[in-house]
Amino acid sequence: MYHRLHTRALSYFEPLISQEESRVQNLQLLLQDPAFSIQLLLDGLWIGAVLALAAFGMALVWGVMNIINIAQGEYVMLGGFITLLAMDAGLHPLFGIPLAALVLFMLGWALYRLVIWRVVEADISISLLATFGISIMLQQLMNTVFGANARTAESGLGISFLFGGMVTVPQAKVLAFVLSFAICLALWLFLKKARLGRAIRATAHNARTARIMGIDTDQVYAATHAINAALCGVAGALVVMAWSIHPYMGLPHTLRSFMIVVAAGPGNLASIFTAGLGLGVVEQFAGFLLGAEFQLAFLFLLLVVVLVVRQTSLAHKPQCLKLPETGKTGRNLPS
Amino acid sequence: MNRKTASLTALLALLAAGLIMPYVAPAHLSQLSMLWLFMVLALSWDLMSGQTGYNSFGNVVFFGIGMYASAALQIGLYHPVAEYTAAMGEGTEYTLDAAQIYAGLALGVPFGGLVAMLAAILFGALLLGMRGHHFAIATLGLAVAAAELAASRGYIGTGFDMPSPTLPNAINSPALFYWLSFALAALALIFYMWLLSTRFRLALNAIRDDEDKAEAMGHFTVRNKMTAWAISAFFTGLAGALYGNLSRSMAPHDVAYSGMEVGVWMILMAILGGRGTFWGPVIGTAVFFGAKELFWTYLPGWQHVLLGALIVIIVAFFPQGIIGWLRERWPNLFAKPEPDEKTTSHTPPRPAISTGGNGHA
Repeated sequence: MYHRLHTRALSYFEPLISQEESRVQNLQLLLQDPAFSIQLLLDGLWIGAVLALAAFGMALVWGVMNIINIAQGEYVMLGGFITLLAMDAGLHPLFGIPLAALVLFMLGWALYRLVIWRVVEADISISLLATFGISIMLQQLMNTVFGANARTAESGLGISFLFGGMVTVPQAKVLAFVLSFAICLALWLFLKKARLGRAIRATAHNARTARIMGIDTDQVYAATHAINAALCGVAGALVVMAWSIHPYMGLPHTLRSFMIVVAAGPGNLASIFTAGLGLGVVEQFAGFLLGAEFQLAFLFLLLVVVLVVRQTSLAHKPQCLKLPETGKTGRNLPS
Repeated sequence: MNRKTASLTALLALLAAGLIMPYVAPAHLSQLSMLWLFMVLALSWDLMSGQTGYNSFGNVVFFGIGMYASAALQIGLYHPVAEYTAAMGEGTEYTLDAAQIYAGLALGVPFGGLVAMLAAILFGALLLGMRGHHFAIATLGLAVAAAELAASRGYIGTGFDMPSPTLPNAINSPALFYWLSFALAALALIFYMWLLSTRFRLALNAIRDDEDKAEAMGHFTVRNKMTAWAISAFFTGLAGALYGNLSRSMAPHDVAYSGMEVGVWMILMAILGGRGTFWGPVIGTAVFFGAKELFWTYLPGWQHVLLGALIVIIVAFFPQGIIGWLRERWPNLFAKPEPDEKTTSHTPPRPAISTGGNGHA
């Protein structure tokens, strides 16, 4: 049925040439002409910053609530569709960014109050299933409401050229990069200085002690989940302006967020941003060299490599004592 | 009547019902075949995810692998597969006679199961060193990547679908596939009932409850997980092989690796009935089938949304499923004699001492 429509467009990294026999040719091209490398590098950086945005949200929810949100990619997608709706209503897509953030914030809050609070204290396998269900539900909802086609919002921003037209720089992508970076900084400041941000960090550190200290952890969880959704909403609005969205991009996007968080460790926003940029660039080059049909296979391979490397490095860490019955023990706090 | 005899009696009654069904409802043979196949899928998913506590969102990969491996052998015994696929199986030169069909099924279906099992061992070697949630996300990636890879292979159809071998008119194909599906389900039911009565089940449950402690007690946890996943994949592959023949066309995204249909359904059926039990997936499959028919008939277009919502509702509100509900409602009829056998909603007690990095990364 609908899957067939987008077999070839499961995400927004579109390699320039995807013929199998042209792989060697592509490599030669890359080696001969530095402009190609610069183009791919820049494209990777632009998308990487947006990937990092969703990864912040995932790290936040993971670190604070010990939940891996599989619906992350669907939140991103929803942000994109809200921007499209705003555009249909006659607004400039730039207005879609705050609008998507607002709507997703409310949705995140509502989902926490309806579903997530029931699984937040449960085993992680339960919360995985719950967010998986949310992911399927949102994905199919958007597929039913908006249709399975890839869609994009025309932002009206132009394209700049570097090196005498050899390298193209769409301004929408630069905007996405700059905004992502700014939001990263703002989030860092928020967690560092704001009252709620400090409560979030305290809860991440030790929920039980935070409760004893008078922090309403339930409220903190709700806020964390809502902030995560809002971050994804902004990412979605940026994706739809600079690239495109469709109802089946969710899972690959979740995988990318997860990979970034695992590679960087959930504790450090700067390293998450860097890992996001790295993933964007690596995927851009791999997409160019391998072609579209191996894009997801490459993503999976990269995921396994990241997980295995991470697991080995953790296995060599010294073991530590954890206190029993402390609720969320030893989570890394975003700082 | 103790629990064991009761369970055995119920199983015999179920199998007897399966023997009578085709005479009671001869018009619904293909739906009934699917019911049996889905029962196998749900039971197999539950072995890994319910009993062992390792959520696998990628079991549909084994379903697809079994399907394609079986079909490739069924056809490849007599015709070049690539040409057959390219011709969409049409044309007189690709017809198979009854003997060829039977031989193909007899060899192809077990072959599909075996290839799926080998794939599980291969992926397991990569993934099963990981702890619960890492494994879950990795299997999610596996499922997404497998569909994409299969869709790009010309051998099994690029852009169009590989058809399963056409049966000659002499064979009553609904009846044939009903009996094959039923035989597979009977085999799986008996096997899983036996397996879940052995100490191996306790070893798997130990992994679910506290992997570090299980390891400290001297369990080879990775080996046990691998065995469980291989068994699960074997039966999933067999079911996939039969499903491919049943559904006639094997589209990579919609049938073989349809993460949104079969992949979700097997999870839903198992958690609906109750994870970590033998009867849970069986009852879940039966109930799900009824619900699915209702959704598909009365809510066209929204059925997938509702199935997603159903997962959320079950997990958030009834994490123990139907079996868990029965146990709470009539504890002296359904509750287990052992004290701490309630499966899903319980968080295992936190370990006093635990390794530094397993909880997060």
